Amino acid sequence: MSATIEKGINALKRQVDSSVAAFFSSCVHCGICAEACLFYTETGDAKRTPINKTEPLRRIWKSEYTLFGRVGKMFGLTRKVTDEMLEEWQELVYDSCTLCGRCSMVCPVGNDIALMIRKTREGMAAAGQAPEGLIGATTRSVTIGSPMGVKWPALAAQIRHVEEDSGLKVPVDQSDVDYMLLLSSMEIMNFPEFIEAMAKIFDKAGVSWTISSEAFEATNSGIQIGVSDIAAELVQRIVDVADKLRVKTVISPECGHAYMAIRWDGPNLVGKPFGFKVRHVLEVLDDLHKQGRLKLAGKDTQRLTYHDPCQISRRGGVIDEPRNLINLFADNFVEMPDGGKMNWCCGAGGGVSANERADEIRLKVFDRKKAQLEEVKPDAIISACSNCRIHLEDGLEEHNMDIPLLSLTETIAEYLSDE
Amino acid sequence: MTKDKNLKNGAPEQVNLEKGTPVKGTLGEALRSQGVSRRSFMKFCATTASMMALPPAMIPTIARALENARRPSVIWLSFQECTGCTESLTRAHTSTVESLIFDSISLDYHHTLQAAAGHGAEEAREVAMEENYGNYLLVVDGSIPLDNPGYSTIAGISNLDMLNEAAKGAAAIIAVGTCATYGGIPHANPNPTGAVSVKDIIKDKPIINVPGCPPIPVVITGVLAHFLTFGSLPELDHIGRPKAFYGQSIHDRCYRRPFYDKGQFAETFDDEGAKKGWCLFKLGCKGPTTYNACATTKWNNGTSFPIESGHPCIGCSEPDFWDGGGFYKALSMPTVDLSQTAAYAAAGAAAAGVAIGLMNRSKKNTSNKIHVKTTLEDLKK
Amino acid sequence: MSEIEILSWARGPGLQIATVIFVAGVVIRIFEILLLGRKANLAEAKGSEMSSGLKTMITRTVPDKTTFKRSSVTIVAGYVFHIGMFISFFFFAPHILFFKDLIGISWPSLPGAVIDACAVISIIALLAVLVNRLTNKVMRFLTNFEDLLTWFLTFLPLITGYFAFHRIGFTAPSLLAAHLLSVELLLVVFPFTKLMHTFTLFLARWYNGAISGYRGVES
Repeated sequence: MSATIEKGINALKRQVDSSVAAFFSSCVHCGICAEACLFYTETGDAKRTPINKTEPLRRIWKSEYTLFGRVGKMFGLTRKVTDEMLEEWQELVYDSCTLCGRCSMVCPVGNDIALMIRKTREGMAAAGQAPEGLIGATTRSVTIGSPMGVKWPALAAQIRHVEEDSGLKVPVDQSDVDYMLLLSSMEIMNFPEFIEAMAKIFDKAGVSWTISSEAFEATNSGIQIGVSDIAAELVQRIVDVADKLRVKTVISPECGHAYMAIRWDGPNLVGKPFGFKVRHVLEVLDDLHKQGRLKLAGKDTQRLTYHDPCQISRRGGVIDEPRNLINLFADNFVEMPDGGKMNWCCGAGGGVSANERADEIRLKVFDRKKAQLEEVKPDAIISACSNCRIHLEDGLEEHNMDIPLLSLTETIAEYLSDE
Repeated sequence: MTKDKNLKNGAPEQVNLEKGTPVKGTLGEALRSQGVSRRSFMKFCATTASMMALPPAMIPTIARALENARRPSVIWLSFQECTGCTESLTRAHTSTVESLIFDSISLDYHHTLQAAAGHGAEEAREVAMEENYGNYLLVVDGSIPLDNPGYSTIAGISNLDMLNEAAKGAAAIIAVGTCATYGGIPHANPNPTGAVSVKDIIKDKPIINVPGCPPIPVVITGVLAHFLTFGSLPELDHIGRPKAFYGQSIHDRCYRRPFYDKGQFAETFDDEGAKKGWCLFKLGCKGPTTYNACATTKWNNGTSFPIESGHPCIGCSEPDFWDGGGFYKALSMPTVDLSQTAAYAAAGAAAAGVAIGLMNRSKKNTSNKIHVKTTLEDLKK
Repeated sequence: MSEIEILSWARGPGLQIATVIFVAGVVIRIFEILLLGRKANLAEAKGSEMSSGLKTMITRTVPDKTTFKRSSVTIVAGYVFHIGMFISFFFFAPHILFFKDLIGISWPSLPGAVIDACAVISIIALLAVLVNRLTNKVMRFLTNFEDLLTWFLTFLPLITGYFAFHRIGFTAPSLLAAHLLSVELLLVVFPFTKLMHTFTLFLARWYNGAISGYRGVES
């Protein structure tokens, strides 16, 4: 119970680097980022313009790291970051941003606005201005090991079911294996089929793999709430186990921000490069296919489309792999308009789904996805993020649209060749 | 021809400077006695009307007014000057009506031209001022030194005193040449004599500025013709110049203007562009900022003007033309060594930038140092 | 002070003062940005920072299709203004002479009529930019004093340049002096305002491209 505005300001000071300074120096208030953000396009509320969400960080940059701002500060001319201000910005920084990064792709001067908002969250959290929901999820992640409070016995039970259903062995805590599979709580609780799918695929491919009983959780609430120290602690748990088991590659599951957390932020959070590789499950599958170890049989004639999870494609770089894989079994694949790196976010990422206060706006901004789907009219939607899936199902249900959601990995497992 | 003859003889015949009394009679009489035909006189009136942008209907009015005009008394004071203005005005190559107009005034005092010297000369001035008090025209060329009156005196009288005294009874003052109008070359940086223009001193008389170094002769006679015709001063611009002659810039009337518009410039005085007669802007031509009639009336009896003979306009009829940053530096070029300024500024700023950058880094390091690892306990206030 | 004196001041000391503030300000700001530094990325790279950064510096000039559709007024007005200003700024013969005096190199100029047309188009576009700024919901929300100030100070050299070119209303020395002084004013405020984007956008785009490119995404 020790968050203070001073800590928040100090955290913001720590976040300013040359890229942030270049970004803020370049903004011309053109407002184009708003048109890239579904929280603006679907609400028409100008205050949800992406760059406006970074205002706390901008004020600190201006008053602390620019000559003009510092002179202004001496005369009390700069705008201050206060508790009241941050409180007002909470709903912008947390409830109205999924860190999807579409704004970063359209900014004509090249500002990575999503990164700036992510950094702004560091100051918000340190000042005690993070939403209840995210604090709760973060607390569970640290104390229990999962934002949803999933403990090992629950996963162990799911593994037993999988083993019973499939007749395959799910290796646990095996050392010196090729792959260590991480899971999201969402998969453990809602989509245990994912584990079964992995077991089948790995069995066919003949690779060695394992799940750790100590560090199975892939998600990282520290990233979403914006506390690097906590995010680092969560990453460290995985690093410790991966090092102990001497695994070659850690697999990030079908979860967007988990991939961002372990693949791209992870080494930077813990401060040193990993001794193992990190790959998204789709990268692994694509790789196995290229090596000829993943063979599929049969075709799906349904009209299928792919929803790019932001953190996996636009922010993560896994764009071609899902398409390669889908084309292995899909006869009638259609891209969504703006599909790929410019895809529109589902509206629930970046901690929005963990923040109950944002439930209403989360469903409101689903209208964008709805419009895309109405254009494509797919028979089923494939995705590679459990959080996207849950939210898409939620949104479709809200609008009485009956389009099934498929996991790409699970679908691959269904089309495994018997050869 | 008449004028040349007169000058050869030492003084114009029709002006009785020695006696100090103005010759009476109308201008028409004077012209007829000089053998100027009616036709050439009307032609002059038409030219004057068109130059002063008056409607053709005004030509007979001008002719009538000029014919019947009393020859006014003119007192010409020369201060800090080079006599170039007088040279210009008296050096018409052939006899022209305008030179006759100039001849036909009653020039009662002009210490360069008059035969009288010493006390006689000064007496002529004093008599003319007294007899024509309130009616004479005062023409001034040269600037007036204010630093030390001893810099320029005539008959022991400082320029300032003489101007003040002569101005009192003047109907109007015509400042001739850039020195009298704007200070001119004596006024140029660093202005050692504290030279100023007529209008800097005289505030209560109408002043017509006829700048130029020297001014075009026809401009002076045009102004005189206007005064004689209408008994008033022509319309002046914001710096006291007759709009009729100074209303358009050299650039706007320059026959080389099309080359400027097309972007065809002489780069040096002897390149192909110079030979083809392209625009001299790059060679420093001040035509765009210079208001004068050179491009239309031309010099030496309409022979040519500087640009026509291949030299850029130096802007001599504009205030402070001498300090305009170099005659051969294009107008759009800085008058200072800007690249050196920029280089010094960049070097200095680089050092300052490094210092400020390091301060920022240390500030950030401090915030990293005072940062205490955030735990779950720290998420709420 | 006579107008020629003002013009001489604008061509000399005025320009010098403005140049010192502009150059020093820009250099300090660039140092300020770069010296803040950026931590090396410790994650295993999927692409090159350098080549992606350089690529984005150029590719970000072209908006993607959806963005163009959604923000067409902002984009078109912005581009027309920038391009028109760029042409009249860099290809008007007297301007080229200025640059030649400054940096010693020159390049071919465009005819006056072309420059004139570009300036007019640029002025119209800049007016459209202002109208858009005041009517577009998002832009109106984002607009602060600085945005209006920099708009005005950018507009001034264009309009004074146009007036000087056509000699409208005042004498040439006054118009030329006004044009130069307006440029000097722009130079003076440049380093302290968003006008800095002229330079920093290349840094920003590089960082954007580098961050994305490192993860194997073209941005």
